[in-house]
Amino acid sequence: MEAFLLQLTACIATGGIYASVALAIVMIYQATHHVNFAQGEMATLSTFIALTMIQAGLPYWVAFAGTLVVSFVMGALVERLIMRPVQHAPILTHVGVYIGMLLIIGNLTGWVFGYTIQMFPSPFEGGGPMLGGLFSAHQLGSVAVTLAVLILVYLFFTKTSLGLAMRAAAYNPRSARLVGIRVDVMLALGWGLAAAIGSVAGMMVAPIVFLDPNMMLGILLYAFAGALLGGIDNPPGAVMGGFLVGVLENLAGAYIVGTDLKLTVALVIIIGVLVLKPSGLFGRVVFTRV
Amino acid sequence: MLLEVKNLRAGYGPTQVLFGLDFAVAEGGVTALLGANGAGKTTTLRAVSGLVRPEGEVLLSGQRIAGLMTESIARLGVAHVPDGRGTFMELTVEENFRLGAYTRRDPDVAADFARMWEWFPRLKQRWRQQAGTLSGGEQQMLAIARALLLRPKLLLLDEPSFGLAPLIVRDIFAILRRIREESGVGILLVEQNANLALDLADHAYLLETGRIVMSGPAAEIRQDEAIRRSYLGY
Repeated sequence: MEAFLLQLTACIATGGIYASVALAIVMIYQATHHVNFAQGEMATLSTFIALTMIQAGLPYWVAFAGTLVVSFVMGALVERLIMRPVQHAPILTHVGVYIGMLLIIGNLTGWVFGYTIQMFPSPFEGGGPMLGGLFSAHQLGSVAVTLAVLILVYLFFTKTSLGLAMRAAAYNPRSARLVGIRVDVMLALGWGLAAAIGSVAGMMVAPIVFLDPNMMLGILLYAFAGALLGGIDNPPGAVMGGFLVGVLENLAGAYIVGTDLKLTVALVIIIGVLVLKPSGLFGRVVFTRV
Repeated sequence: MLLEVKNLRAGYGPTQVLFGLDFAVAEGGVTALLGANGAGKTTTLRAVSGLVRPEGEVLLSGQRIAGLMTESIARLGVAHVPDGRGTFMELTVEENFRLGAYTRRDPDVAADFARMWEWFPRLKQRWRQQAGTLSGGEQQMLAIARALLLRPKLLLLDEPSFGLAPLIVRDIFAILRRIREESGVGILLVEQNANLALDLADHAYLLETGRIVMSGPAAEIRQDEAIRRSYLGY
């Protein structure tokens, strides 16, 4: 029973990581209707930038905020410089560009920061085990950070007119321009926000899995499964999906398929959702009357 | 003049559609563009709102808007209800309203919402519903409301009767007449149903394959037997 509970708490902590990467994926999807395969690599690069700032002597939360800003700018620049020229190209071109970015950013990170595995500090150290020893301070803290990000993003998209304009620009760019929305600015903002959210995920996961240029490779797959499971167009759904995938993956790994086949769980979820319920568990089915 | 267009030319890639149009919309007036399918009516509206790149002069209250981006032209007070209506199907009626007023920072937005509810009571009943689930008539009403919430000087309407039952079309034109009287917005109306359009308009132009072949006060065009037979087909 004790072992089971420990498994479950571990699930929730990793689920929180999947949830925040899933959230970043859904953000880009909301803004562009595409899934950015390089999201994980961009997050890893951000995490290295954070580590550099911390090693330079900045306090953790200053480095955290600085990384958010740098990542936002990086995301917006990727949209401006790389995605903008292929804006009207067919979807396969976009897929090609995403895969290219995955490789280039991944290798660039390794080339600049090296391939050695590094420790990454957690801001939540020192509290010791909490809630009867089931959670570490970092696990609780990272879940809290993930939930905070989720709530902010949710409020941004539903309550602010800028968030509404970003959704409008993604759904119907022509009509968005007709009501005076600068669609190109919205796209850049969407990429910036997604990169910033991804960087949070990177900084939260790095203390657990340690930092190396391939840190996000597996995580991205789980996060994608989570985003699909929750509904690719639904930020809160994606977070739920991320947590669910974390639980399923860990429990299946511990009790059913063994750790070697854990990744299969994510693939089975992806295929299962696409076949059985393409809109995901919480995704909105859009009705169109003709 | 609210809108003055001189020698307007436009097209899609190598295909030229408009071959030098001259027309105008008076302050608070309604101008109708009539013509058969393929005459260039929709393209004319797109050229005014910048959805296609125009050549020639387009003056809004004397200011040149040809060549500006669509979003800038919208901010200057041109609201376009495009073909296919251009509502945000995935969003709710309320969100469509909020987007209509997106560029506005003045405190009258709430009052304008109330005004739209008065003109289109059905939309208030559907407030939290996804726009894609509305009936065709309700979607057209939403499209017009969304455009008016921009507080435009000029409203471009592309076939508001398209695909709607005759009774609904009558309702919509009754509301347009009311909007015209109560709001003072200038309207450039494209319509296949010449009879309806000439009822609402004070001035009309006849388009044929990208050229204006006839123009005049709407009442005169209505009276003219020859024009009616050869161009309007009724």
